[in-house]
Amino acid sequence: MGEAIVITSGKGGVGKTTTTANIGTALAQLGKRVCLVDTDIGLRNLDLVMGLENRIIFDLVDVVEGNCKLHQAMIKDKRFDDLLYLLPAAQTKDKSAVTPEQVKELIDQLKADFDYVLIDCPAGIEQGFRNAVIGADKAIVVTTPEVSSIRDADRVIGLLERENLEGTYLIVNRIRPHMTRTGDMIDVDDVVAMLSIDPIGYVPDDEEVIKHLNLKEPVAMNHEAKAGLAYRNIARRILGDSVPFLNMDEPEGFFKKVKRLFGIR
Amino acid sequence: MTKIKQKVMIKGTKEGLVFHMDDTCSFDSLLQELREKVENSHQRILTGPTVGITVKLGMRYVSEEQEQQIRDILRMRGNLVVKAIESDVITKEEALRDKLASQVRIYTRTVRSGQVIRHEGDLLLIGDVNPGALVMCTGNIFVLGSLRGTAHAGCNGNKESVIAAFEMFPAQIRIAGIVNRNSDGREPEELTWMEFAYVAEERLVIEKMNQLHKIRPELGRFVI
Repeated sequence: MGEAIVITSGKGGVGKTTTTANIGTALAQLGKRVCLVDTDIGLRNLDLVMGLENRIIFDLVDVVEGNCKLHQAMIKDKRFDDLLYLLPAAQTKDKSAVTPEQVKELIDQLKADFDYVLIDCPAGIEQGFRNAVIGADKAIVVTTPEVSSIRDADRVIGLLERENLEGTYLIVNRIRPHMTRTGDMIDVDDVVAMLSIDPIGYVPDDEEVIKHLNLKEPVAMNHEAKAGLAYRNIARRILGDSVPFLNMDEPEGFFKKVKRLFGIR
Repeated sequence: MTKIKQKVMIKGTKEGLVFHMDDTCSFDSLLQELREKVENSHQRILTGPTVGITVKLGMRYVSEEQEQQIRDILRMRGNLVVKAIESDVITKEEALRDKLASQVRIYTRTVRSGQVIRHEGDLLLIGDVNPGALVMCTGNIFVLGSLRGTAHAGCNGNKESVIAAFEMFPAQIRIAGIVNRNSDGREPEELTWMEFAYVAEERLVIEKMNQLHKIRPELGRFVI
């Protein structure tokens, strides 16, 4: 019996879909059988990020309505032999096309077959959110170090408290180390202190992420990129490894080292 | 001739007149006698300068309607001012409400954006109040954590209430009907001590926690 994890944030555009795609990829790289479920009905993106949109024939709504079998709607990612699958959302319907109970039943079916079921939650706290959360065992809340997304994450954590989940974890996304150093961006530790839930990963704001979106291949597959490493570390933490958090600072230059040697800051 | 027990006894005290009402007779007969006394007898006391009156009902429970009837009768005399109508009994409901109001409710959790905590009486929150959260009660609010949301103490109009916090950075604080925003806009790093807010001269003032016992000495009567 696998584990269902919902990736949510409240606010839109903080990187839920990218996070789902990358954690899924990283878990598959570690040899786990993973199914990604896009519950953002009407505004589906996960298939795009994974580069699988041209292979969609049936979707989540078709499965729920009985137009097809579950395995017919699942798309296998050929880059990971038989380890990574995607269940896409419908693009032509909206959130009310399915009920939370139907989604829960679907997730329960998937859990029997996979090690991890990652649920990509839509923005907002309405029915789409309830659809996504109901079948989950754990939740990962994604936020950026900005007041508006922290506020929304706080709201969502409050709503998740009612769901009796096994655990709720935090990912702070799009950190710009040089800006936190100068005090122009909220410090990661302050974000964690404020939201008071366990952090499971910090992801730097990395241009490679954008590059890989256009390449239609998750950045976690890139072993050079810092963000890719951050996502792979998160996947390992999900498996239970204790991996130290990424050092965000850029390597010190020669001059800085000399300066520090002489005690000049 | 045996003296009939009076249902309404009027006694003079330093603070004014005290009306002792018999608590065994029916309410109607009580009203009747009160009316008679106010209208016909004791002309010397019941006319002249304004007198404050305390009505003592003993072990009789009166509804608001009945209380109003008593007030109406006493009001027939222009110089009588009802200060208080006291009864030695209250309903269960009122007793429960008073009991709740005198209790400190303890919450041990973070109050998050969009969440609301309401309580009759005092609140002790062990955890943070995050921005977008609302905490309100009829008594005092103590936050063992950082207060970054909105807190409303004494929401029934009790201006004696205080709001205390480990870290006081509220989005807004209200005590009774007085509202204050965090206008000084200081940053969390600047703070090193606990603080509380109270009302002084119709304005909210924030003071260091060690001043609390001087400004609100009566708070000490609460036992947590």
